Order: sequence, then C-alpha cells, then structure tokens
Amino acid sequence: MLIRKPNPIRSSEITSKDNYLNRREFIRAGAASGAIAGASLSAPAALAAVIPDEPLAKLADIRKPSPFSTDETLTSYDDVTTYNNFYEFGTGKDDPHRNARDFEPQPWSIKVDGHAENTGTFHLEDFVKPHTLEERIYRMRCVEAWSMVIPWVGIPLADVLKALKPTSKAKFVAFETLYDPKRMPGQRRRVLDWPYREGLTIAEAMHPLTILAVGLYGEVLPNQNGAPLRLVVPWKYGFKGIKSIVRIRFMSRMPQTSWNLSAPHEYGFYANVNPEVDHPRWSQARERRIGSGLFAAKQPTLMFNGYAEEVASLYDGLDLRRNY
Amino acid sequence: MNINTRIRYVLKPLVFVLALLPAAFVVTDLFEITGRLGANPVEEILDRFGNWGLRFMMLALAVTPLRRVTGLAWIARFRRMIGLFAFFYIAMHFAVWLVLDQGLYLPGIGEDIAKRPFITIGMLALVLLTAMALTSTAGMRRRLGKRWNQLHTSAYAVGILGVWHYWWQVKADILEPLIYAVILSALLGHRLWHRRARSQGVTPRLRANQGAG
Repeated sequence: MLIRKPNPIRSSEITSKDNYLNRREFIRAGAASGAIAGASLSAPAALAAVIPDEPLAKLADIRKPSPFSTDETLTSYDDVTTYNNFYEFGTGKDDPHRNARDFEPQPWSIKVDGHAENTGTFHLEDFVKPHTLEERIYRMRCVEAWSMVIPWVGIPLADVLKALKPTSKAKFVAFETLYDPKRMPGQRRRVLDWPYREGLTIAEAMHPLTILAVGLYGEVLPNQNGAPLRLVVPWKYGFKGIKSIVRIRFMSRMPQTSWNLSAPHEYGFYANVNPEVDHPRWSQARERRIGSGLFAAKQPTLMFNGYAEEVASLYDGLDLRRNY
Repeated sequence: MNINTRIRYVLKPLVFVLALLPAAFVVTDLFEITGRLGANPVEEILDRFGNWGLRFMMLALAVTPLRRVTGLAWIARFRRMIGLFAFFYIAMHFAVWLVLDQGLYLPGIGEDIAKRPFITIGMLALVLLTAMALTSTAGMRRRLGKRWNQLHTSAYAVGILGVWHYWWQVKADILEPLIYAVILSALLGHRLWHRRARSQGVTPRLRANQGAG
C-alpha cells in the first residue's frame, strides 16, 4: 500500500515562486552578512562558517557543560559512527558508514512552511548561525532495545522555531529528510515510503531537551549520523531523530510519520521510551548498552529514557499505552 | 580410490571442515584476527549462527531434489552431516540467545518464549530439530523403522518455521527472509511435484528408496 503525498518539489518548480524564494534568500543573506560584518569588528574568528564544509572539522565555540548532559560513560566514537540505522544508506546497521562516505552534505538548505510568519528557504549556515552551539550528552535508546550515550553538538530546536515565529495554528512540527536516490542509495529500494518523515507536538518541539544536532564529539556531524542537520529527542526512541533534514513544516494536525505509516500497530506517533509498553514482537523492559562487552547484562530501560523528571508533564492525562 | 573411499576419506572430511568455518570465523573475528564483530557483538554472533542454521537447513532440504535432478545417488550420503550442522548452528543460535543476549535471565526468557510468537515458533523448530538430531544414528533409524521416516519428515516443518521466525522479526526490509522463502518454496515445490508425478504413475528417474523422500 503506497500512500503518496503530493511531491513538495513540484510547487517550487513554478518559476514565480522560485523567484520569490530567491528574493527572500537574497535579502536574508544580505542581512546575515551585515551581522557578521558587525560581529567581526570584535571577533574576526566569527567570519569562519559555523558548520565548516569539511568532513569532521572541529566545531568552534561550543558551550558546555550543559545541565541536561548525563555523566554516564560515553559510547566510543567508533561505535556511534559505525552502528546505527539510517535506511537512506541501507538497512544494515553497518551500511550507513560505508554507503554515506561520498555523500556531500553541503551546500544545504532547509525549507520552512506551514503556520509560521517566517517561512521560506534557508541556507544551513543562516539557520544555525544566530544560535549558540551547545554540547549535549544524551542517552539514545533505539526501539530495537540497544542504547548509547552520545555527545551531540547542536542548538535547541526551540530557539530555531521561535525565530521562525509559528502562529497560534501551529500545533505540530513536521520534518522531512532529503529525498535524492542518487545521493542516498538506500532510497532506490522502497523499504519505507520516502521521504522519511517525522513529527513532534509543538510542546515537544519547544522542550529544552530537544535539539537540532550539527555535530558529534565536538566535530561536524558525520554523514552516516545525519549530516548536516538532524533532530535529537532523547526521551523518544531513536527513529524519531530524523536525519538530514530539508523541510520543517508547522501544522495544525498531527503529521504522518514514516514508521507509523510502515507498521501502525508497532510504531506510534509519540514513540516515547517506555519499559512498560512492549513492542508487539519484543520486550522494551531492558536494553543492551553498546560497548558494554560480550558478557555484560542488559540494563533496565528507564521511563522516558531517564528524562521523566523533565518531560513526564508533557503527557499528563495521556494514555501512554494507547498513545505509544 | 573408488567413489566410496573418496566420499568417506576425502569429501566428507572436506565438507565437515568447510561447514565449521562460519563458527571458526566467529571466534577469530571476536579476537579481531580475521575481521570484527562490530559495535554489537552479541547481536552479530546471534545473527550469524541463525543465518548459518537456516542456510544448512536449506542445504539439507536441497539434497534429495539435487539427487533426483542430477541422478547422483551419492549426494544423499551428505544429508545427515548437513542436517546435523543445521542443528549445530541453530543450537548455538539458541545458546547465544540464552546466555549472551538474555544473560540467563529466566523471567525474561520465559516471557519471551510464551509472549513472542516469533520466539515460540523458533523454539518449536529447535525441539523438532533436536529430536531429529538425537535419532540420526543408524541404530536409531533401524529401531524406529517407519516412525523414523515420519519424524524426519518434520524437516519441512523446521524449514518453514525457520524462515517464518526470521521473517517475523525483520523491521521493514524483508529482502533476505524473502530470498530464503523463495528457495524453500522451490525445494518444497519440487517434492510436491515429484510426489504427484509418482502417484499418477509416472516413474521418476530415481525412486526415493531411503528416508523422507
């Protein structure tokens, strides 16, 4: 069963809208360069790109430590970058790091539309530059019952969304991954209904734990981990952390999400980590911490992945068994 | 050397050693001599043993069709060894699940076997396969007579349960279990076709005169 949504690229192929967007980009770029010129009087280093167009370059001016960071042992860089799911580059967990090697994440732009005042197409740099990069060391719990501890570098999603000025109609935020089978070989097979789509309620999106990550271990985000821009929502299963984002849309109704479309009785919209609500085919009560060794026992999974204190109130009155 | 000597002293030991290689690679990859087991070694070992178990099961089921198609009767003499290797890899798959994956955590194991249908059918396949392995000696075969054939017909059931077990745990990409399902269908299809041809009085080239035909 294929539910095809109208292709979002179509409308931008209409010349008048294209010109319109270009005009806006031009104005924005001008404003941004003005801001840089001002800043450069005091700090010449600010002229360098926030996200260097060079694989694995060091990111500058990262604010840390964050009160939101965990002090648990970090999962090794090697494990974080060679073992993950990113079906756009293959369905095996070692596929992404092999098949994303030649992916060029820059130049990159993000289309913002829906119920917001500040819509249009933004260059990655303009999108990120106004905000301070922060290191956030988060637990990551995959729906497949394994977990990691990852030092992300990113910006709070709330800061970005506020700058886009959502209107009162915006109740949800939807995200889309790049769809380009030439660059993302995994998309040549219809394993999922491409492009990959995810979504959050506006309250979840505005929560201070939610970030847009641009880096890992103090460096530019590797391709296999969702370069150049990905979502990280630490109290939800990993698949909510949509990678290589090209579109952000403010919606009044709950958006469709890829895994929910693929298997609705197994993956819900919320996908909050919950040891009491099992996946229909396996238990979610315990998890294997990657890097803990061959003979290490699985550890208990915590409610909301251990972030209950921060986020439980978002779901007051919601039946979490039904809204999995 | 006649064919019997060659099978007994050359081909069988060769197949035996080859069949042990996947297990040997698990050990050498563990110590990073030949390769790596990656970030999640438990899952990797579990998957490798499960996959090889299925592959040997397919090979064991391919023996009779292959013998009929090629007319080479001696192929059948490898069936028991291949079947026992299927049992070996699936038993290892189970042991790794029990010890490394579940950490012998009994409440979790009991719950999984009872509540997760894909684990239940995997267990059923293992029970059948164990019964076949225990009765695979010439002596047992003689003693059980007709019932031996009945018991060992469950090889088909084990094949179906095994592929089903694999299919059921895949998240979205069913390509690999689908390949197994296609191979299994071809092998079972050949048997059905053969049985029908025989019952209609068409004499097959070689009669299945031993074991589950």
